[in-house]
Amino acid sequence: MRRMSVTNLVALALGLAFLYVPIAILVVYSFNASRLVTVWGGWSTRWYAALLEDRAMIDAALASLLIATVSAALATVLGAFAALALTRFRFRGRLPFAAMIYAPLVMPEVITGLSLLLLFVAIDLDRGLFTIIIAHTTLTMCFVAIVVQSRLATFDRSLEEAAMDLGCPPGRTFFAVVLPVIMPAVIAGFLLAFSLSLDDLVIASFTTGPGATTLPIRIYSEIRLGVKPEINAVCTIFIAVVAATVVAASLIEKSRGREARALLA
Amino acid sequence: MTSGPAPSSDLPAEPLVRFESVSKRFGNVAAVDRLSLDIYSNEFFALLGPSGCGKTTLLRLLAGFERPDEGRIMLGGRDIAATPPHRRPVNMMFQNYALFPHLTVAGNVAFGLRQDGLAKAAIAARVEEMLALVKLEGLGHRRPDQLSGGQRQRVALARSLAKRPQVLLLDEPMAALDRKLREQTQFELMELQARLGLTFVIVTHDQSEAMTVAHRIAVMDRGRVVQAATPAEIYERPQSRWVAEFVGDVNLIEGIVLKTDAGEAVIGDKRGRRYRVAADVAAGAQISIALRPEKIRIHAGPAPPDAPNTMRGKVCDVGYLGSVSTYKVQLDDGVVVKATVANVARTSGEILRTNDNVWLSWPPDAAIVLTA
Repeated sequence: MRRMSVTNLVALALGLAFLYVPIAILVVYSFNASRLVTVWGGWSTRWYAALLEDRAMIDAALASLLIATVSAALATVLGAFAALALTRFRFRGRLPFAAMIYAPLVMPEVITGLSLLLLFVAIDLDRGLFTIIIAHTTLTMCFVAIVVQSRLATFDRSLEEAAMDLGCPPGRTFFAVVLPVIMPAVIAGFLLAFSLSLDDLVIASFTTGPGATTLPIRIYSEIRLGVKPEINAVCTIFIAVVAATVVAASLIEKSRGREARALLA
Repeated sequence: MTSGPAPSSDLPAEPLVRFESVSKRFGNVAAVDRLSLDIYSNEFFALLGPSGCGKTTLLRLLAGFERPDEGRIMLGGRDIAATPPHRRPVNMMFQNYALFPHLTVAGNVAFGLRQDGLAKAAIAARVEEMLALVKLEGLGHRRPDQLSGGQRQRVALARSLAKRPQVLLLDEPMAALDRKLREQTQFELMELQARLGLTFVIVTHDQSEAMTVAHRIAVMDRGRVVQAATPAEIYERPQSRWVAEFVGDVNLIEGIVLKTDAGEAVIGDKRGRRYRVAADVAAGAQISIALRPEKIRIHAGPAPPDAPNTMRGKVCDVGYLGSVSTYKVQLDDGVVVKATVANVARTSGEILRTNDNVWLSWPPDAAIVLTA
């Protein structure tokens, strides 16, 4: 490996600082003993304890996790199949379809949210968890499609032919060869969809209904009444959850080679 | 190639693979055009031709990745044209090897065996056997991306042999190897084929590769087989000018048969030269004489008076290739003839130089007379 020059080192440090200093401050202040957010009063975990008492916050967090998990799963399946169709089949109207799938990427969230709200009102769908899940699936499936499509574009078709040549029927070939090879992209797509859903405030606000409050909505409404130290604690837990998910995904990816080895040992 | 088990003279009556006027079109282009071909059991068979001649399509038809538009493909007496690839007792080694990147070497070799639902112990034993066969013992746990190009090629070979296919298809298997490794692999393939007693069908555009490994070669051009025979037969008795020019170097002389006498014919070219060739042709026929460069003798001085078919000229180009030297000799009337001489002595390559006057001669039986 080449030695890093001073310029590169400084650039790296600045970049990392830009990304992580705000998060670090938030994490540190979540352990602040003081009730005042801007005054340091020594280390304490009292806000985490207080959080356990905050029923509304816990409910919001559970709702967010549920929405993120279900919508990311739906978006992954839909997005992966859309990517498959776009790379594999030269059907009529492929280009318009490809362009249409990217539209939510550039569409302002306010417009997506409003149009979904109008749709749900028009078909008389009661707004709640279910409508947020649909909305988030709509929002995130194009991200999954893009990630999976870029992986499929470099997928070597002769791998499928090799599998069939060795006696694997076409249907099973998808699960035995195609899916494992594109799995990193599928996992990455799922994680992207999951974090986008967790993160979303605008679309959720439009499509939510009574009794369905996500964590960003909860935090936002609390902050309007002033920043409470509990919010810092909630956010720290969220950062830990997301980081753990990413690390777990990369570990899963790495260990698959060992599994294959163990299978034949 | 005298060691082959299936020289054309004593081929068994029933072919293992038979193409019966098979056609395959892509749009308006016929990649394979009403082609018929027999491949016999235990043969190492090569499909040779320039790119776009349909040789790979023919292989893919046999593997089942393409369906013929017309004709029948018989394997062991059964029409397999409609059988999907995963039900054919035929395995293929791909040009880019197509190793599964998410599986280890052992996982790749075991893939086909798992599809058959073999017991774990049987699969493991077979994988070991295959890895030993291609000299990759102990590398079973590696991933394909941790291997060298030559090792990957061996994994691909082991994987395609693991199910003991009736026919092993090899699509340009050595294209990605350097020359030394390619030559070594050619001999290993021949040895494997003989040891396992399987039928190998190899696709290649490299004529020396085809001639080295194959018992029989089908020379293909524009979707058709122009000649299928042993390497020696194709080289020494090509059936057309196209084959003579595609396989090896050749000098072609156009002429007319002036007279014939007891298996020898006198040919006259349009510059009034006379040649004596050993051939059975009708007087008056328009023919071409094909002369391999190594069958022409070069004399530094006037050719001996009894030498047949002598020509005078001047060396215009010398190509020194180490083992042989190639001389381009311009005859008095401007025609350029190519002759190669084995450099038997270390100083052989230094005797003749550009612009030296030389005399060429060749015996009557050196020439191939082509009517097509």
